[in-house]
Amino acid sequence: MSIRAEHINYIYGEGTAFEQYALKDVSFEIGDGQFIGLIGHTGSGKSTLIQHLNGLLRASSGKIYYNGKDIYEDGYDMRALRSQVGLVFQYPEHQLFEVDVFSDVCFGPKNQGLSGEEIKERAREALTQVGLEERFWSQSPFELSGGQKRRVAIAGVLAMQPEVLILDEPTAGLDPKGRDEILDEISALHRAKKMTIILVSHSMEDIARYADRIMVMSRGEKLFDAPPKEVFRHYKKLEEIGLAAPQITYVVRQLREKGVPLEENITTVEEAKMAILAILRQTGKAGNRE
Amino acid sequence: MIREITLGQYYPVDSVLHRLDSRTKLFGTMVFIISLFLANSLVAYGIATLFLALAIYLSKVPFSFMVRGLKAILFLLLISVSFNLFLTPGAEAFRIGFLKITWEGMRLAGFMALRLIYLVIGSSIMTLTTTPNELTDGLEKSLGFLKRVGVPVHEISMMMSIALRFIPILVEETDKIMKAQMARGADFESGNLIQKARNMVPLLVPLFISAFRRATDLAMAMEARCYHGGDGRTKMKPLCYKHRDHVTYLVYLLYLVVIVLFRG
Repeated sequence: MSIRAEHINYIYGEGTAFEQYALKDVSFEIGDGQFIGLIGHTGSGKSTLIQHLNGLLRASSGKIYYNGKDIYEDGYDMRALRSQVGLVFQYPEHQLFEVDVFSDVCFGPKNQGLSGEEIKERAREALTQVGLEERFWSQSPFELSGGQKRRVAIAGVLAMQPEVLILDEPTAGLDPKGRDEILDEISALHRAKKMTIILVSHSMEDIARYADRIMVMSRGEKLFDAPPKEVFRHYKKLEEIGLAAPQITYVVRQLREKGVPLEENITTVEEAKMAILAILRQTGKAGNRE
Repeated sequence: MIREITLGQYYPVDSVLHRLDSRTKLFGTMVFIISLFLANSLVAYGIATLFLALAIYLSKVPFSFMVRGLKAILFLLLISVSFNLFLTPGAEAFRIGFLKITWEGMRLAGFMALRLIYLVIGSSIMTLTTTPNELTDGLEKSLGFLKRVGVPVHEISMMMSIALRFIPILVEETDKIMKAQMARGADFESGNLIQKARNMVPLLVPLFISAFRRATDLAMAMEARCYHGGDGRTKMKPLCYKHRDHVTYLVYLLYLVVIVLFRG
């Protein structure tokens, strides 16, 4: 099971004064169970790209294969694709509409044509996965806090039990605690259910911590596509396109310049902590011997 | 998905028409509309066509953009043309079954169709070459005399410009919510009328909520900047006629005179 995109071009407003390339010759393959970080500056085409993956936007040219099947082929079941490739939009809480949380989460599975019991079962499971306590389930979604609304919306997509989950900036506008909780839940899903995750974000810290592969978009083109450590090595280029490597890599670089024997490819605070502790222990031992 | 609304959509190019004062364009549209109702002969319509063609040429807006607005009145056009075609008394030209078509009917139907089409294209040219803000500024100033009889001209024009300003935002929002619900398997296309209406609920509820949210946010932002209505308010870009506006008014006058002369 995989997603393969071949030479995708997408032109906005074709044939008008506003014509503009949103995607330029983008190709990639995403295997099962990967956790991909998709980063790029505002307007780099990342949101446009992910909408192609479940067929909401149709590429001006190029092909997309899901599990080896061409999704642009006549008679391809787009609704089935959309339930397999779950897409959580930016500010997903803006799509809530039902009278209570539980029925809103049921909307997706209901559209899949499942039986009543199955729908409820899935909704319960999804709401538990996003960590929303049961006492909220019968409340109106509009009475909840921002973070809780966001969970409901994510649960609404999870309840469809997709194989691939795409999240467009799921933590935008949340406080640090809410952000960490949501990301941890996503990462737990990835580990427990072997779900393929595509996380769109411009927080390098988040991406470095969770993703095992990073795709960098710039002006509609795919600039890098590699593991985090490799991508962050190009920090100069990242800065040029308005991004940056995680802050900790800058700290590490400065320390190295000062002569601390740290590895260059440290990208998370946790790794840095361990490495520095190890060095301190060694130098401590060396000091004792003298 | 739903980007077909031309009315009230500004087309950003730099042309003579774009640079004209919005009052001039408003007045011009009015003159054009009046001329369409005055015109009653082929020659007069020919002159109106020339006038319109000149405006289209000067506006530098692709013609296809103006035609798009016609889709909205297609139904109206069809009805009025067929009514005129079949129900006008006069000398019979030919008949299809019990339907009688008269020469007078064909003439009337043709003029009616032209009138409607020109009306839409003419007003599209104005909205395509004038930003909504300029337009309401122009309206506010042109209708300023009504303030003396107690009409809240400023408030009305402010409401209009806000409403116009919100159209593209709401269109975009609709598009976004539609996609989000489609990603959850919603179906907005199939089903009969009642099913379709029911399927709209997941779209309309979030849309209304977001419209209300935006409205309160905007009201708050305006109050935070001490907005208190039109009294004593100055403009960043006060309207002021230039040489080209005077020339344009002369063209209008000339056009009206010619139309009246040839109205037949």
